[in-house]
Amino acid sequence: MMLDSIIQPVISMQNVSKTYGRETVLSDMDLDIQSGECVVLVGHNGAGKTTLMKLMLGLTRPTSGRVEVLGGDPAFASAVAHHRTWGYLPESVAFNEAMTGSEVLTFYARLKGSSPRDCENLLDIVGLSGAAARRVGTYSKGMRQRLGLAQAMLGNPRLLFLDEPTNGLDPSLRHLFYDLINALHRAGATSVISSHALDEIEARANRFVIVKSGRMIASGTLDELFRQAALPVRMRISVAPGQAAGVAERLGSAIDISEIGDTTLSLACFNGDKMAVIRRIGDLGDSVNDLQIQPPKLDEVYNHFMNREAS
Amino acid sequence: MKMIWVLARKELRDGFRNRWIAAAIIVLAILALVLSVLGSAPTGSVRVSELDISVISLASLSVYLIPLIALMLSFDAMVGEFERGTMMLLLAYPVTRWQIIIGKFLGHVLILLIAILIGYGGTSLILTLVTGGGIEGWQAYVSMMASSLALGAVFIALGYLVSVIVRERATAVGAAIGLWLVFVVLYDLILFGVLTMDKEQQISEQLFAALMLISPTDAYRILNLSLFDGVSEAAGLAGVASEAGLTGGFLIGSLSLWVILPLIAALLLFQRREL
Repeated sequence: MMLDSIIQPVISMQNVSKTYGRETVLSDMDLDIQSGECVVLVGHNGAGKTTLMKLMLGLTRPTSGRVEVLGGDPAFASAVAHHRTWGYLPESVAFNEAMTGSEVLTFYARLKGSSPRDCENLLDIVGLSGAAARRVGTYSKGMRQRLGLAQAMLGNPRLLFLDEPTNGLDPSLRHLFYDLINALHRAGATSVISSHALDEIEARANRFVIVKSGRMIASGTLDELFRQAALPVRMRISVAPGQAAGVAERLGSAIDISEIGDTTLSLACFNGDKMAVIRRIGDLGDSVNDLQIQPPKLDEVYNHFMNREAS
Repeated sequence: MKMIWVLARKELRDGFRNRWIAAAIIVLAILALVLSVLGSAPTGSVRVSELDISVISLASLSVYLIPLIALMLSFDAMVGEFERGTMMLLLAYPVTRWQIIIGKFLGHVLILLIAILIGYGGTSLILTLVTGGGIEGWQAYVSMMASSLALGAVFIALGYLVSVIVRERATAVGAAIGLWLVFVVLYDLILFGVLTMDKEQQISEQLFAALMLISPTDAYRILNLSLFDGVSEAAGLAGVASEAGLTGGFLIGSLSLWVILPLIAALLLFQRREL
């Protein structure tokens, strides 16, 4: 039993399609998520990310295909017992406006069997202690999001579903949020996060799943996606004033130089050629003052896959 | 069970917070007060207890008011949470869908119980103490309060059914008003119309009794006007109901079915509902 839970994926989707009326929201989705992974779903609005999460949560059922979470159908009533160790933050989370922040959290804590102490701690962590006695109706969007985060963190969840979690959070809270996620991950939690904020999520996730119009168009670690996308690595060389043109000549025509300034040169190469290019730059000796290497960013990778699908 | 109580307590708390309970208490108390004052006039000539008179007049008006209060409490229960998006979050917690419905139901019934106990029971108790009136027939009065709660429970259950069927709150309001009109006004009106036109007396006594039995409001009315002798004599209905086969057991059974069936229907629809 223990062994099974280690080997089996926590979440497994096979051939999953979902249609609402005539509209196809997801088609032929295959996705396995292993224990301890942090998987980020990336895609435009309406690409099917929220539907994917709802399927995993058992809030809706697939039109065809199989969804399994922790070895069972999440839409079955028997799966409800697992919810004690789940945390969910829906997109643009809503609460009963007439309740105060602390009443809302206490209500959810009771359902999850967490202690009132947990509530106080969480309110403190997300910075809502001062507003805990105020009605949620008076909260700003960011405050609601913070309360949403707090409820998702109740009871130290092992499995997190976070739909656009950093939406409406200010930068310092975003940091705090990622720290919280990291702490849960160190304790062995698994999470599924949908996000638009590609630049900030880039360093935090194990795996990215790019979704477009209900289809998975790419999936893998950041490195794997870079390789699949075959996007160029950019470099920037600083040279002494006036020497840029000379350096460009010495590098030769085999290297793709995109821009020559007075003291800088910009060039690009494929990842596989990177070391060779760096060595050649090294051979230039003292004429090169500095070298900056910029690997492709997640949003470039994302755009690449999006455009490839479009063409 | 613990989950159900957590959910019920939240509804109860909401009821206190948004002054729902307070409003319902005031309305019921005013009704009880006015009817007792007006109703005390005829007690002089006929020897009946004041409480029996109160039961007759309160039951006749509760039949309109209690369903209205119950529907206003319940029409929003499901559709409101779907529309605001709070249902999605609630379902990600360790609660089953039947626990949600039963929990809400329990909470709303408790709200109504408090309103009836204080509004009807409290008012009557104070009046009896102040005027020094007799407490003869208090059983009928308590039974009237209990059956009012049952009638309320019927319309809370019906309200949930509406609330789980429709997609928008506005539709739920309309449907709730429609339900009220059909069950409280139109059904009796049509039945009365058919009876007046029925010159050849094709509608047998049994059929008529059955038609009364399947309407929760009529079951409630007959239950209150026939169960206790003092009341039925004062209402001029002595023996009529039991002769027609409308015994207490049947009437209570009818009300119970009207609670259970809509609740089950609402639950089945909720189970199938995708978010």
